Amino acid sequence: MLAVRIAEESFDPVAEEKAFLCTAGIAGASVAFVGSVRAEQGAVTGLELECWPGRTERLIRERGEAVIDRFGLDALLVVHRVGTMAPGEPIVQVVAHARHRRAAFEGVDCMMDYLKTEALFWKKELRGDDSEWIEPRAQDYDDAARWEGVSRARH
Amino acid sequence: MSVTLMFFGRLRERAGRSSVHLTLPDHVSDTTALRRWADQHCGLDGALLSTSVQIAVNEEIAHGGCPVRAGDEIAFMPPVSGG
Repeated sequence: MLAVRIAEESFDPVAEEKAFLCTAGIAGASVAFVGSVRAEQGAVTGLELECWPGRTERLIRERGEAVIDRFGLDALLVVHRVGTMAPGEPIVQVVAHARHRRAAFEGVDCMMDYLKTEALFWKKELRGDDSEWIEPRAQDYDDAARWEGVSRARH
Repeated sequence: MSVTLMFFGRLRERAGRSSVHLTLPDHVSDTTALRRWADQHCGLDGALLSTSVQIAVNEEIAHGGCPVRAGDEIAFMPPVSGG
């Protein structure tokens, strides 16, 4: 089972995970990751994220199906924000259910690497009156390269 | 020939719009020529010329000079970053 949602408003990861658990059921192992906006000691005042409406979600679904196949997951949830976020607000949530923990850990890790380096999002960091468009770091691409066996989504 | 151009991220910001419907001059018939022409015509000030900007024609990534046809939807995408 795969659930993907692009959220235009702030979301509650606990509520999302609970609702997903109700729908997907318990598989044995569940791993959840939540990424939030870092304040960077007060330097970052917010984050803006945009996507390609419709297409971004379709491609996440394609990759999500590939991740489920690759790791033999029972269920995968992806929630990703767009719009303006304040420090501390959640940006992304990935939850994987599998029969055993290794598959669930790797499924979440693989999906996150895709979201960081290939998914169609554009992210701008707000620093008071200044702002900067953020691009993946070399480390992000190295991390993503670990999953070569998972089919690459078309941009 | 009329096409729709789409801009994302810093390109949208610099262009001041997320999409525009335009009629291309006759000499602009592939994505290589379109990149140069749109950069000037849409006031991107060189931003479209960066090799890090990918072009998608009707949602398919264009490698090299991909032909452009009437009605195409052409997206200009700077490097992505989610999560």
